Amino acid sequence: MKKITEVAVEKGLLLLALSAIFMLVLIAVFIFVEGTPLIFKTGLRNFILSAKWSPLEGQFGILSMILGSLLITGGSLVLGIPLGLACAIFLSEFVHNKIRAILKPVIELLAGIPSVVYGFIGVNVLVPLIREYLGGPGLSVLAGSIILGIMILPTIISISIDALQAVPRSYREGSLAMGATKWQTIHMVVLKAARSGIVASIILGMGRAIGETMAVIMVAGNAVKIPRSILDPCRTLTTNIALEMGFATGTHRQALFATGVVLFIIIMILNIIARYIIREQK
Amino acid sequence: MVKKMKKIYLILLLVPLYLAGCARRHTITMAGSTAFLPFAEQLAEDFMKKNPGVNINVQGGGSAVGIQSVLNGVAQIGMADLVTLPPEAKDLKKFVAAQDGICVVVHPSNKIENLTLEQIRAIYSGKINNWKEVGGIDKPITVVSREAGSGTRSSFEDLVFKGLKLRGDAIIEDSNGTVRETIINNPQAIGYISHGVVNEKVKALKVDGISPTCENIMAGKYKLVRPIYLLTARDSQTDVKLVLDYILGPEGQKTILEQGLLPAKICNIETVGR
Repeated sequence: MKKITEVAVEKGLLLLALSAIFMLVLIAVFIFVEGTPLIFKTGLRNFILSAKWSPLEGQFGILSMILGSLLITGGSLVLGIPLGLACAIFLSEFVHNKIRAILKPVIELLAGIPSVVYGFIGVNVLVPLIREYLGGPGLSVLAGSIILGIMILPTIISISIDALQAVPRSYREGSLAMGATKWQTIHMVVLKAARSGIVASIILGMGRAIGETMAVIMVAGNAVKIPRSILDPCRTLTTNIALEMGFATGTHRQALFATGVVLFIIIMILNIIARYIIREQK
Repeated sequence: MVKKMKKIYLILLLVPLYLAGCARRHTITMAGSTAFLPFAEQLAEDFMKKNPGVNINVQGGGSAVGIQSVLNGVAQIGMADLVTLPPEAKDLKKFVAAQDGICVVVHPSNKIENLTLEQIRAIYSGKINNWKEVGGIDKPITVVSREAGSGTRSSFEDLVFKGLKLRGDAIIEDSNGTVRETIINNPQAIGYISHGVVNEKVKALKVDGISPTCENIMAGKYKLVRPIYLLTARDSQTDVKLVLDYILGPEGQKTILEQGLLPAKICNIETVGR
C-alpha cells in the first residue's frame, strides 16, 4: 500500500517538474516561431545592424535598441558593482554577525519593491535633477543606468555576501598569521577565493538589468536613436516590445517578437555564463 | 477552522459559476482605442443600467486591435481614433461617435502662447531645436511624441506632418497620461495629447492663432481634430444596433460631452467636407 502512494507521489512530482520545463519550451518555441520569419525576411544584417526603426513603413532595424540595452546595462553595472561589492565586503567582513542578520534581509527587501515604484521615483526626483544640473531632457541613458544600478544592488550584495561567507575561516586566519593586515587579507585572499561567486552575482544582476522594462520605460525617454552621450534618451530591447505591443499588428507584431528573440538569446547567453562560473566555483 | 475553509472553497467555486452564468446573457464586446476607453466604459455602464438583459464588455488594445477584433469577430464594436482608417476597415460599417481635439501642450511656465502649424511641423521634424527660434527663451526644445502605432500619433502625423518624419531624438511615451506627466515635469518640453486629458497643470497652445476650446473645435476652426469611429460588421445583431443607437443618440452624446469629449454631429459634416 505504502509503495503505491510512494510511486504515485514520485510520478506526480515528476509530472509537475516536467510541466515547468514544458512552459519554458513552450515560451521559447512560441517566441521563435513568431519572431524568426521576420528576421529571415528582412535579413539578419538589416535587422541587427540597422538603426532605422519605423515599423509602419516596414523598416525594422534594432541596432539602436541593442546598443541602448547594452549602454544602460553597462551603466548600471558601473554604478552597481562598486557600491554592491563595497556593501557586501563591509557586511561580510567588518560587521558583527547580529547586525548582518538584520541588515542583509533589509537590503534584500529592496528587491521586493516593484519596478514601477523605482521608475516613479526616477521620473519625479532623478530626471528633474539630471535636467537641471547636467542638461539634456533628463530622461536619459544616465537616469536609466542609475535606477537600474540601484535595482541590481540586492542581487549583487546578497549573493556576494554568501560567496564571501563561504570562504573558509582558516584562509583568513592563515593570512593574518602571516602578518597581513585586515585589508590585505580581504583583497588578496578572501576576494580571490570568493571571485567566482562574486562574478556570478554580477552576471545575475546584469540579467536583471537587461530584462527590466517598466522602470526603464519611465526614465530612459525611449527615443529610437543611437545615443551620442549619456544625457541622450534611448530605447532598450525590452521597452521596445512593451511600448509598441499594444498597438502592433501584422509584421509590426512579428518585429516585436523578433526583438524578443534577440533579447532571449542575450539573456540565455548570460545565464549559461553564470551557470558555468558557479559550477567552476564548486 | 476546517468548516470555515470549506465555506471559502464553496464561495470560490460558486462565484465563477455565477459570473459564467451572467456572461451567457447577451454579451457585446467593445474593443479598441484607449483614448475612447474611459468614455466607452461610462456609456456601457449607463446602457446596462437601462437594459439589464445586455452585458457590455469594454476592452482597450488600441485602434488597430479594435479594427482587427471586429474583422475576426472577437468584438462586435470596434473603437478607432484615426484620421485615416487602414484599408482593412473598408468592409466595416463606420459611425462617428465623437470628435477629439489634439492639443499641443507645453509647461505652464513657457511664455509661448501660439505656434503655427508650420512651426509645429518644424519642431517635430527637427528643423527647429531651440525655443528662441519660435520667440521663447534660449533653451533647447524637448520633443515628446507617442509610440509607433498609437492612434493619437497617427492622427497627429496625418494632420501635421504631411510626409515628414519624426525627429530621431524625440522622447517616446506610451499614453496620453505619461506624455502629460512628462510635460508637467519639464519646462522645456512640448507634446500633444487628447483634448479630454488636458488639465490645468499643462498649457494647451493656440494653433495658427486659434485656441483649442470646445467652441472652436465644434465650429471646425481648430485644425487638429480627429474623429472617433465605432466600427461594426455589416451584418450585426439587433443588440449591437441598440448600443450604437444609444451612444449616437442624444443621451449618449450628452454623456460624451459631460465627460470631456465633443459630440459627433459637427464632426460628421467636417469629415465629409475634408
